[in-house]
Amino acid sequence: MLIFRGTPLYLAKITITLRKSILDPQGKAIHHALESLQMNSVQEVRIGKHIEMKIDAPNKEEAVLVTETACKKLLANPVMEDYTFSVEKISEGFGI
Amino acid sequence: MRFEICAETLDPQPFDFAQDKSEIRNQKSTMSHTKQKFGVVVFPGSNCDHDAFYVLKNIFNQDTKFLWHKDSSLEGVDVVILPGGFSYGDYLRCGAIARFSPIMKEVISFARDGGIVIGICNGFQILCESGLLPGALLMNEGLTFVCRYVNLRVENSNTRFTSECNRGDVLQIPIAHGEGNYFADKVTIETLERNNQILFRYCSSDGTVTPDSNPNGSINNIAGIMNEYGNVMGVMPHPERAADPVLGRTDGQKIFRSVINSLMVNENLKNNILVERS
Repeated sequence: MLIFRGTPLYLAKITITLRKSILDPQGKAIHHALESLQMNSVQEVRIGKHIEMKIDAPNKEEAVLVTETACKKLLANPVMEDYTFSVEKISEGFGI
Repeated sequence: MRFEICAETLDPQPFDFAQDKSEIRNQKSTMSHTKQKFGVVVFPGSNCDHDAFYVLKNIFNQDTKFLWHKDSSLEGVDVVILPGGFSYGDYLRCGAIARFSPIMKEVISFARDGGIVIGICNGFQILCESGLLPGALLMNEGLTFVCRYVNLRVENSNTRFTSECNRGDVLQIPIAHGEGNYFADKVTIETLERNNQILFRYCSSDGTVTPDSNPNGSINNIAGIMNEYGNVMGVMPHPERAADPVLGRTDGQKIFRSVINSLMVNENLKNNILVERS
């Protein structure tokens, strides 16, 4: 399907994890399960969330700003979570 | 997630229904002339809204109404209750999406102006997400949903939410949550402790705060807190589930009665001031 857009489309990939200082009981339970599979080289497991967003933006800086704002306002809770993200262009814009 | 239903009751005792009902009748008769307005917010996924409504309306004979999450008016209520449940399916984080519903804008400004707001279970999570209370509620340390009676020690009885209790009283009130593990950074916890903002802690039946009596791993066994101005309270346990004598235990009544009494005191003060002025 051909999509005509005025601005490029960016893909933001966001990873949200519990802050390092917080015990992650889910990660711990999975770590135990891996140990029971004899995967003893695994030292630590931490669980997080992966969120992808497609963003219309004139440039990458703008797309990064939108992602940052979304993380701060809604996607992550700074009291208990850290977030990291990457932003890449997935399609060029076509002039309207 | 595994759901663990624990039917055990703590310290089972024969319950005197007749005595308790007469107590409620007395309560009703003394309160009938000064009804307070309670608003119970209904989010998609709230499931304790009717319990809270029933207790306030039928047990305490208060003027109670539901407030729809899409509305942008609190319709002049004196107290807002954010009920338990799974607002917006607990998507993203418990309370994270409810916090941005239209009614919450009003609830936040109501609370900032000193209005009384009570968050129960999911309501507590929403209050933390909206910044009206500090901290956050993490997944239970044991990873299971826990539904059973717990013992709560009253830590501060000098508040509008606990004035009907004595400090050190042990209340038996049920919990039902998967994410009730209260967390805040060290400085915040120290501030809460210093300001006596911690209202309830999980404890053993004799009132001792022990790790064994903590159902979810919360810091310092915290079960309920209030904000620094004393007008916003969040609790993980469900006082509305321990308020109708038919259900066996009525310790939750003390919390609602405290709030109603504090409003009556306010009203009397207001009337006295008006009389003095006229």
